[in-house]
Amino acid sequence: MLASRTGRISLLFVAVALACLGVADIAVTTQNPWAELQRLMSGFLTPDFTAVDDLGTAFLRTLSYAFTGVALGAVAGFFLSLVFNSRVVRTFCAFIRAIHEIFWALIFLQCFGIHPLSGVLAIAIPFAGIFAKVYSEIIEESDPLSARVLPWGTGRLARYCFTRIPEAWPHLRTYTAYRLECGLRSSAVLGFIGLPTLGFYLESAFSQGYYSQVGALLILFYLLIATMRFWLRPRLIPVYVLGAPFFLGDGLPIMWGNVTRFFTEDIVPRPLREGEGWEGLQPWLMDILTTEALPGIWNTLILTQIALVATGILALLAFPLISPHFFGPKRRTGGHLLLVIARSTPEYMLAYILLQIWGPSMLPAVVALALHNGGIIGHLIGRMSGEIPMRPNAPVGINRYAYEVVPRVYPPFLAFLFYRWEIIMRETAILGILGITTLGFYVEGAIQEIRLDRAMVLILITALLNIGVDALSRRIRAYLRLKTRPTCEA
Amino acid sequence: MRWILITLLATLTAFTQANAETLYFTAIPDEDETRLEERFSKVADYLADELDVDVRFVPVKSYAASVTAFRNNQVQLAWFGGLSGVRARDRVDGAEAIAQGVEDQEFRSYFIANTGTGIEKADELPGTVQGKTLAFGSRGSTSGRLMPEYYIRQRFGQPPEDVFSRVGFSGNHTRTVALVESGAYQVGALNYTVWDKLVEEGDVDTDKVRVIWKSPTYPDYQWTIRGDVNERFGDGFKERVKEALLSMEDPELLESFPRSGFIPASNDDYSTIREVGQETGLLD
Repeated sequence: MLASRTGRISLLFVAVALACLGVADIAVTTQNPWAELQRLMSGFLTPDFTAVDDLGTAFLRTLSYAFTGVALGAVAGFFLSLVFNSRVVRTFCAFIRAIHEIFWALIFLQCFGIHPLSGVLAIAIPFAGIFAKVYSEIIEESDPLSARVLPWGTGRLARYCFTRIPEAWPHLRTYTAYRLECGLRSSAVLGFIGLPTLGFYLESAFSQGYYSQVGALLILFYLLIATMRFWLRPRLIPVYVLGAPFFLGDGLPIMWGNVTRFFTEDIVPRPLREGEGWEGLQPWLMDILTTEALPGIWNTLILTQIALVATGILALLAFPLISPHFFGPKRRTGGHLLLVIARSTPEYMLAYILLQIWGPSMLPAVVALALHNGGIIGHLIGRMSGEIPMRPNAPVGINRYAYEVVPRVYPPFLAFLFYRWEIIMRETAILGILGITTLGFYVEGAIQEIRLDRAMVLILITALLNIGVDALSRRIRAYLRLKTRPTCEA
Repeated sequence: MRWILITLLATLTAFTQANAETLYFTAIPDEDETRLEERFSKVADYLADELDVDVRFVPVKSYAASVTAFRNNQVQLAWFGGLSGVRARDRVDGAEAIAQGVEDQEFRSYFIANTGTGIEKADELPGTVQGKTLAFGSRGSTSGRLMPEYYIRQRFGQPPEDVFSRVGFSGNHTRTVALVESGAYQVGALNYTVWDKLVEEGDVDTDKVRVIWKSPTYPDYQWTIRGDVNERFGDGFKERVKEALLSMEDPELLESFPRSGFIPASNDDYSTIREVGQETGLLD
């Protein structure tokens, strides 16, 4: 194992995670976690679809926020992808996608208040950054031949629209549809911070112990995601996108003066606002750094590393469930169901549920991150393993797993895992809002104290941390000679 | 390409719907949503009758969101706690505390503990709470965060994080009781009226959780109104709102707060809260 680069790097990450586990707080703090779990389960068994009078509104808003946000993001991302070879644009896109949707929403809630615009922009902006990057990569990989035969002097936009894009179209379409699913998850989660989507009602039901309502909401959410391929037909998409803005609801009127005030006063560091100048700024920054940023970064890193390795282990354990080399079609259906539930539940929602059961510590966060991300990677690897030809006399059972299949899927597995490293970290920071002391905990604290200048500094630090991990992950993937962009980007 | 443009236009029109003159008000989400909804939908009806304008209650998910909505003029009136009220009035010129509950002149926090801890009720905050886990209410709460933190610092000379082994935020007072009752946290600090009401209605198992200390008194909740309401709703509107609040006599309505009645208040009534806020570093 030590002889190969992949082996050494894997062991290094496992060792780091074990060390982190030693200093992490992973206690179960509720006295009777099983009773709580039982109540939740009974809620699933006795879902009450009549109790939430706004059930329809919840789903309508969730869908319309997702469609409008993703559509705006895709349009903006498309135009950005045309100029993605500019360094400035690349950096800008890396920056806007390094800030999580929930952080964007927290920012916009300060300017626009509880208004659909806050939610739509919170989805559209980071999605634009992601779309720009992936669209440009997809277009880059398309066949350049037809573009070359165009006469000299053909404009850039025309060249793109008539040659490169038609070539790349199927990939662009698949990817956009996939992001729509992500958008639905993001939209649902935005409810947890006060926008009128699914999370809003889920949080209300949970915090008051109405488990049958929780059951109803979750069951409908899974149905919505599981049936996506039936109702999300390419031809219907324009209809959805056109219709969505009309179902956003009206919210409270926006006062534009607030937007100006947000930029010219709220986020200006207090020492500058109060005229203490640069001398005052330094102690102010040092205070944030030592009391909030450093502990936040430390805990974010610890949690990320544990969750990354846990995700890897879970994915390796889970992929045989849907692999034809191990199970027949019937059992695989069960496996698919498990993985669909795991990957379609947003981490934030899972962590929220597990926190109710186990109490506040890093444990619910680790499990939530591992389940969601492990579900995604397990699904991708399982599907990929089906394509591996197996000789007729190949061993079966554990030997087939350990000596035939895993070695073959290990490189793509690592590529997926490192690809998700940055995503896991982005999510880890956010889970702080639930009370785990990662960076999000301090951002939420600053916002609750209406110290938006502090919140802004902490959000910037979180973004830089994400950009750093993204760069590191790319270097590791290059060092391991892994494909830098897994084909099915998740 | 065309549908893209149409979407953009549709989005813009959807965003620019104007509203007629409606008085919006909000409240800090200090209790279960059902209770809040029940309480404030009644208040909205009452105010609409008294003031002859449309009145709409805006539910929010956090204390900060209620302050932000007030500051952003998306609500013009709010039922704030002591701390959230100071925060809001600091940020809105001319904003005024106009009414408080009779009980709010001498409000208290209760410290409660899971009976499994064996902590007994005492005249001062028991020393045995040290090393236990503590649940505050919301981060922005006066009776569930600011004042308890102040008394903990006074009693032990240390911030709560150093006195307790774990400090968390439940979100609201009802939830604090639930968490201490279930044992998720060993000790909790909350609004005394919420506790009394839960006990009275039998919604808490007093064999599992009990009060271990009652804090000294301080000023708390109040109705705060923006300074510019008269320009928007007509001369004397502020006075009319104040009158309406002070003359609220329907026992069912008052019981839902629970308050025995409302009395006039002023910004100066909350100077203690400001001082304590600055001392604990929660206010600048």
